[in-house]
Amino acid sequence: MTAFRLAKGGLIDRDTALGFTFDGAAFTGHAGDTLASALIANGVNLMGRSFKYHRPRGAVTAGAAEPNALVELREGGRKEANTRATMIELYDGLVAKSQNRWPSLSFDVGAVNSLASSIFVAGFYYKTFMWPKSFWEKIYEPLIRKAAGLGTASKDSDPDKYEKSYAHCDLLVIGSGPTGLMAALTAARSGARVILADEGAALGGSLLFEQEEIGGLSGFDWARGAIAELASLPNVTLMPRTTVFGWYDDNIFGAVERVNDHVLAPSPYEPRQRYWRIIAKKAVLAAGAEERPVAMGGNDIPGVMLASAMRHYANRYAAAAGQSVVVFTGNDSGYRTARDLKAHGVHVEVIVDSRADSSAEVKGVPVLRGRLVADVVGRKGVTGVELTDHTRISCDAVAMSGGWSPIVNLACHRGGKPRWDEAILGFVPPDVGPGFVAAGSAAGRMLLSQCLADGARAGTLKGKVPSVPKCRDEAYAAAPLWWVKGGHGKAFIDYQNDATAKDLPLAAREGYRDVELAKRYTTTGMATDQGKLGNINAIAILAEATGRSMDAVGTTTFRPYYTPVAFGALAGPFHGHHFQPVRKTPLHDWAHELGAVFVETGLWMRSSWFPRDGEDWLAAASREVLATRGGVGLCDVSTLGKIDVQGSDAGAFLDKLYCNTFSTLAVGKARYGLMLREDGIVYDDGTTSRLAEDHFVMTTTTANAAKVMAQMEFAHQALWPDLDVTYVSVTEQWAQMAVAGPKSRATLQKIVDDLDMTDETVPYLAAKEITVLGGLPARLFRISFSGEHAYELAVPADYGNMVARALMQAGEEFGITPYGVEALSIMRVEKGHVAGGELNGTTTAADLGLGKMMSTKKDYIGRMMAQREGLLDPARQCVVGIRPVDAADRIRAGSHILRREDRPSMANDQGYLTSVAWSPMLNMWIALALVSNGRARHGEIVRVWDGLRGTETLGEICDPMHFDRENKRLHA
Amino acid sequence: MLIPCPHCGIRPVEEFTFLGDARPVRPTSNDPATMDQWFDYVYLRDNPRGRFDEYVHHSGGCRSWLVVTRDTETHDVFGAVTARDWAKQHKGRRA
Repeated sequence: MTAFRLAKGGLIDRDTALGFTFDGAAFTGHAGDTLASALIANGVNLMGRSFKYHRPRGAVTAGAAEPNALVELREGGRKEANTRATMIELYDGLVAKSQNRWPSLSFDVGAVNSLASSIFVAGFYYKTFMWPKSFWEKIYEPLIRKAAGLGTASKDSDPDKYEKSYAHCDLLVIGSGPTGLMAALTAARSGARVILADEGAALGGSLLFEQEEIGGLSGFDWARGAIAELASLPNVTLMPRTTVFGWYDDNIFGAVERVNDHVLAPSPYEPRQRYWRIIAKKAVLAAGAEERPVAMGGNDIPGVMLASAMRHYANRYAAAAGQSVVVFTGNDSGYRTARDLKAHGVHVEVIVDSRADSSAEVKGVPVLRGRLVADVVGRKGVTGVELTDHTRISCDAVAMSGGWSPIVNLACHRGGKPRWDEAILGFVPPDVGPGFVAAGSAAGRMLLSQCLADGARAGTLKGKVPSVPKCRDEAYAAAPLWWVKGGHGKAFIDYQNDATAKDLPLAAREGYRDVELAKRYTTTGMATDQGKLGNINAIAILAEATGRSMDAVGTTTFRPYYTPVAFGALAGPFHGHHFQPVRKTPLHDWAHELGAVFVETGLWMRSSWFPRDGEDWLAAASREVLATRGGVGLCDVSTLGKIDVQGSDAGAFLDKLYCNTFSTLAVGKARYGLMLREDGIVYDDGTTSRLAEDHFVMTTTTANAAKVMAQMEFAHQALWPDLDVTYVSVTEQWAQMAVAGPKSRATLQKIVDDLDMTDETVPYLAAKEITVLGGLPARLFRISFSGEHAYELAVPADYGNMVARALMQAGEEFGITPYGVEALSIMRVEKGHVAGGELNGTTTAADLGLGKMMSTKKDYIGRMMAQREGLLDPARQCVVGIRPVDAADRIRAGSHILRREDRPSMANDQGYLTSVAWSPMLNMWIALALVSNGRARHGEIVRVWDGLRGTETLGEICDPMHFDRENKRLHA
Repeated sequence: MLIPCPHCGIRPVEEFTFLGDARPVRPTSNDPATMDQWFDYVYLRDNPRGRFDEYVHHSGGCRSWLVVTRDTETHDVFGAVTARDWAKQHKGRRA
């Protein structure tokens, strides 16, 4: 027991001792302590160093607004920087470190900054580190980063779990002080679904530390009774340790519940934190009010505290911030601190009241009226104060009160601006409608009786407002007390950013008169505490400096989050393996068995190549191409989007979607289709087949499957609702495999039932419903992406692996080879088929060499805008082939095309390589490219310039179809 | 935001995908003389403050396209109809 742990009182459990370390030193506290209260009770007031000047700092508050006592809590992957010691519940084994100091908290090299503080004025960084430009990145920025910054993040991954959850209620009550409890009780008693949330470890708000009297009970006992009643009701959810951090559209509130931050480690079955989305029919802001500091010299020395914080520590935690205290106040609430400390046996030297006409008093404590504290004296701790009249008074702690500010933040999150209330000297929340009302001191009603009445009113959802218990009101009278000029020491208004009162008149003189500009220029209100303490002082000082009223200056913008929220809570369970779903094709197991290397394509895992001993991707893919073109290959194409389209207007509907015509397609045939966007640019392509007069099966590219489906739904529902057509995605229902190569027919013949496959029964572009393997329904399409005689076979998804294995067996005698998307891609580049690189959202059908597909006989999406002059310009870039002049040269995708005589420049750019492949058939690198007026330039020798790798080669523009230009193999 | 889907009831905004202004009506003519109408339809959009009718896809629900009437300033949602009903109500109207 130290002299700073009071002998009696408090809500701590003196029978439970908890061991913890701070900067490696071991201490003991009690259950019910916060880290800050336990340190104070151990006589430790020095808890951190400030951001810019590295000044020694201690806790200035006892709550969420704390700007100084920020520590690194826990170790390893659980380490959390910038946690407020005032909000950390003490547990046995807690480990915390101070931050922003080197090498140690009490001897910090960075403190030399304060010797040079005359140059570290507001705007210093902006003014100084501008020149020379190259120094910024290399020298200034890293140095500033190292010297400044707060705590450091852990590089280990967080071993704990985080959850997300939803809640709905009739009334959400934010804050559980007298106002919140009264609101919750009133609503709960009427049967409404109530959620009562409070950021504190225990419910009760100010009743946990203020000496009040309600209904003949102490405030604390009344609160305890109210909480017990609420806890007994099934329609009430109590949420302590839950910070409501934001107010969003539709009265949705974001909250984070610290489920297990108060224990050494969460149980493996529980999350550390839970992120809530609370949908409230009505909400009450009962967040209370924040006490303001006074800007006076040395107001940051450890031992200087808000008056309410000092009595909070004494009354709730039985911790004394000092043994001889001076109270400096401009309002009546400061007297409470003197009274309560005295009751605990702490010596109060004097109350310095800025008001000459005040009549408040505390028995046995002298009061100096109409006097001002100019400076707090001391270095790492308080040794006394000096008044403006140079009177010196010794003490070891100072309690200050510059008045009270309603906590209006949440009510302003959707753009509302608070209004200045001269009577209470604070900004009060705007009226934001009946769905969210402020009550009690959050609404500027500072007396306890007003809080209870307000709470009852806000909690009444229907009927008459019930009467409230009688209580004793403490006097509340305040005079402005923002800044005591004339002190020697620095007078801080933003502790965390080391912004001083003098910075604001400087900002105003330099033209930053607007409150938002002054904030950014001085950094006032910008750190993790967002200026909860000193912002109102800053506004008052700016108002005086610019000769404006408080309302005319106004506040800066209030935004979520009210207090910092951990990334872990925001991410919830959606990280690592759970970051996004994985889509596996129906042939995944088959491909896996054969050693496929998979590639992520959107959410899909596609088999990319099938390496054999020691092969790299290029060797494997080249072998797969040669085997396919030389015999037969099997490729999983199940990821293509598949949409079943049925109805008497199915053909007419497809005519609207595609630029070419499908209503004329014969039953049993497939056709390549091209879709445009309404602006005339190519959107998607694929093969669509007609299985019956009123039944089509459409395919889309893998990437656009979902988007095409949504576009179809839009086209049908919004544009042509009268068409008789229905459509559904069947991508997941069918396994689809390409069987390609001269032996593809012979291979398939062995598994199809009762069908003699010939050019007559299954001609090029046939689409047939058949059965395979003795009755398994299947669809057979004679289509080819590889340019070979080829088929695609679709079978119900669950049979995919089985049919693929059967095909492997059937093709064994022909050397059937599985091939992946790499080989597929090589073969399509060899054949000059366009894909993602060319369908890139800038190309027209004509650019792709597909202009003839655009019908002139019907309306379709994109028809009109495709006729715009700019899209018909012959100088547009269109698809060509490129091959190196020297076949030994490598060309790379992304390289730019230049005329032979031109130097690289934007003006000389002729286009670029969109797709590049090593062609095992041609034994050289080949490419597709978009080249200005390219179709007229076949044969031209150009420079292929790769600025990224610093290489260039000569290439020849050629037909995009590099291989088998007569399509002999397709029809073989 | 909560959106009252005519099929699914009140659902959270995360289930929906917004497209934009539902007022422009797709021209029906392919006559080159109507190019200005097409240009307006494809490119020109008002950006009103206040009440706004916009296409919204219930992509994470029933997959209906809706026209949701919303206040762009307050995000109050006044109601939703299916795009199909909207199209029938606005048939023949010019943007």
